[in-house]
Amino acid sequence: MPWDEGLVNSLVYDKPDPSEGRVVSYVQAVNEALALALDSDPEVFVLGQGVDDPTAMFGTTKGLQSKFGSHRVFDTPLSEEAMMGVSAGAAMNGMRPVYMHNRPDFVLLAFNQLVTHAAKFHFMDNGQTTVPMVVWAAIGRGWGSGAQHSQAIHGMLLGVPGLKIVMPSTPYDAKGLLLSAILDNNPVCLFEHRWLMKKDGVVPEGFYRVPIGKGIYRRRGGDVTIVGASHAIELGMQAATQLAGEGIEADVIDLRTVKPIDEQIVLESLHNTGRLVVVDTAWMKGGLCAEIGCLAAEKGFPDLKAPVVRIGLPDVPAPAGFTLEQFYYPDAARIASAVRGLVRS
Amino acid sequence: MASNIRYPYKGQGDQGFDVFAGAHAPDALVGLYRAMLRIRLIEEEIERRYHQDQMKTPIHLVIGQEAAAVGCCSALRLSDLVYSSHRTHGAYLAKGGDLKMMLSEMHCRINGCVGSRGGSMHLIDKAVGMAGTSAIVGGVVPIAVGAALAIQMKREDRVVVVFIGDATTEEGVMAESLNFSALKKVPIVFFCENNFYSVQSPLATRQPARDIRAWAESHRMPALSVDGVNVLAVRDTVSKAVAHARAGRGPTFIEVPVYRFRAHGGAGDDSKTGYRDVAERAAWEAVDPLLLFRQFLARTAQLTDASVMHMEAEIASEIAGAFEHALASPNPTEADLYRHVYAD
Ligand SMILES: Cc1ncc(C[n+]2csc(CCOP(=O)(O)OP(=O)(O)O)c2C)c(N)n1
Repeated sequence: MPWDEGLVNSLVYDKPDPSEGRVVSYVQAVNEALALALDSDPEVFVLGQGVDDPTAMFGTTKGLQSKFGSHRVFDTPLSEEAMMGVSAGAAMNGMRPVYMHNRPDFVLLAFNQLVTHAAKFHFMDNGQTTVPMVVWAAIGRGWGSGAQHSQAIHGMLLGVPGLKIVMPSTPYDAKGLLLSAILDNNPVCLFEHRWLMKKDGVVPEGFYRVPIGKGIYRRRGGDVTIVGASHAIELGMQAATQLAGEGIEADVIDLRTVKPIDEQIVLESLHNTGRLVVVDTAWMKGGLCAEIGCLAAEKGFPDLKAPVVRIGLPDVPAPAGFTLEQFYYPDAARIASAVRGLVRS
Repeated sequence: MASNIRYPYKGQGDQGFDVFAGAHAPDALVGLYRAMLRIRLIEEEIERRYHQDQMKTPIHLVIGQEAAAVGCCSALRLSDLVYSSHRTHGAYLAKGGDLKMMLSEMHCRINGCVGSRGGSMHLIDKAVGMAGTSAIVGGVVPIAVGAALAIQMKREDRVVVVFIGDATTEEGVMAESLNFSALKKVPIVFFCENNFYSVQSPLATRQPARDIRAWAESHRMPALSVDGVNVLAVRDTVSKAVAHARAGRGPTFIEVPVYRFRAHGGAGDDSKTGYRDVAERAAWEAVDPLLLFRQFLARTAQLTDASVMHMEAEIASEIAGAFEHALASPNPTEADLYRHVYAD
């Protein structure tokens, strides 16, 4: 097993309680969503580099081509911009493509098509066309790939009207959000996190949706609000558990969708706690941390008892080396210490 | 003088029509002439009024390139789809796009073909298959390929034509799109109007002396070249490409040498600034696609001066009515700005 796989496998997650329902892996949850969508809707198709190879996009596309045919699940040339445009063009003409990338970094080659075409056609042609497509990509961390293979790019896309961005944190959400994304009539980016892929969870069989644009409390507590999405929720929950032992109770809000943001849930929690820590898997500047911080300043100012704290990546590219990475990425300890500072100030 | 002509016309002039004319009824030939004349007169009226600043939109006129648009779209069915780059007017009108909606769009009115969100670079009328445009050079190409992929997947009996320019072939996405369309054999025609200039940059400063047609052919698809001032030749070539696509045999690339008689954008010609020689334009004006076809139709006794005058009057009145309509149309309101950012 390659060492990066080993690292992901070594991550320890809380075991789900089987009495609550069927337990499956994160990867299987994604796979089920794709299979359900392909099965129920002939307009859905899945494309991406290696979706039909033995690795099967981390296993998420395993078995799909043999079940649904090579015209509906297919490998692509190394032509990210064209394939993003092809996806948009097919979406504009009655199809529902799911275009998968094993790194968000590769989506950057296709920003012209994603940002300047797919996101804008519905507006530019006055609603004559819809662009129902999903752009799926998995954010990396800890695989030594460094600055060009670990980028979380959702921050760069927050300011793009016409796009939606979802970031699941659990197997349940991975399936339900993907199904919602596929059924949405807009371009939706779905960013997974590589470190969540070995997580198990309770996932219903069959079809269900997790609504886009709605956050959820993962935990309630009156002292501080920790808000984020995707793998940041894993860290936030670990921190909240530590803090509970010290008598500090946190609200943990999983945004689930980072565009459009569920402002109401953030403001509601802030109203109760008066303290806000925003955690993100991406850079702090100009991204989700900044946006939520601004939301608090604009609409939650009277509730703030302390300054907003941002916990994300410094204004530095991702290093490749293992030791440097330890300084680079936030962890539960850093979140917990920020919360302590806030509560005691 | 000839030495100043960097990109000479290489076609057969009005002699080039005879081989194709037999295949068409006289009415159809006159109809093609009328369609070109209509586009020319519309463009000239837009140009004449442009300085009045009522049309607050960038324009890319197709004066000189009418035979390409008309020849191409006359080979298509209503249900076929056309995608286009920024230079939209010819394709939009030739595909049957509504003139009133076009002019309302150019006057930024709410009843423009895209509700004043697009302007002249985004003339879209899906009712007639004018399906989409992009103002990013090359941007529309993969989208058109995606449309063709959708047609293939749904087994529809339709083809896609994408209008591009010579400079578009320099964009990486163009090669990516040729590759993928040939791989999947999707029903598309790449219709490349080679007018030798990208804004004010001649082909020679942008490409080695490669042959665009041969370059396209290297992607394993048929690639043809056709005289772009000859409406019948264009129609014939596009018809073949469309039949090839309809038969499920995949894409075709067509290179169409043409000349734009005006500046890249805006009203009037800018040859005097020196990036191309006025003599070059004059040489191409001698083979003006309308002039040539009219000469041919007159020579073969299918069109008289009187009938052209009658046509001109008819078209002029249609154009005047459409401008009046546009100018009398309401502006959008602030609420309109927020519509159609997201689809329901
Ligand atoms: C990606 C991109 N680069 C540059 C431009 C600016 N631009 C607009 S039209 C044009 C010329 C394109 O030439 P060609 O594709 O040959 O079409 P033509 O204008 O001759 O019809 C340029 C450079 C643009 N719109 N998009």
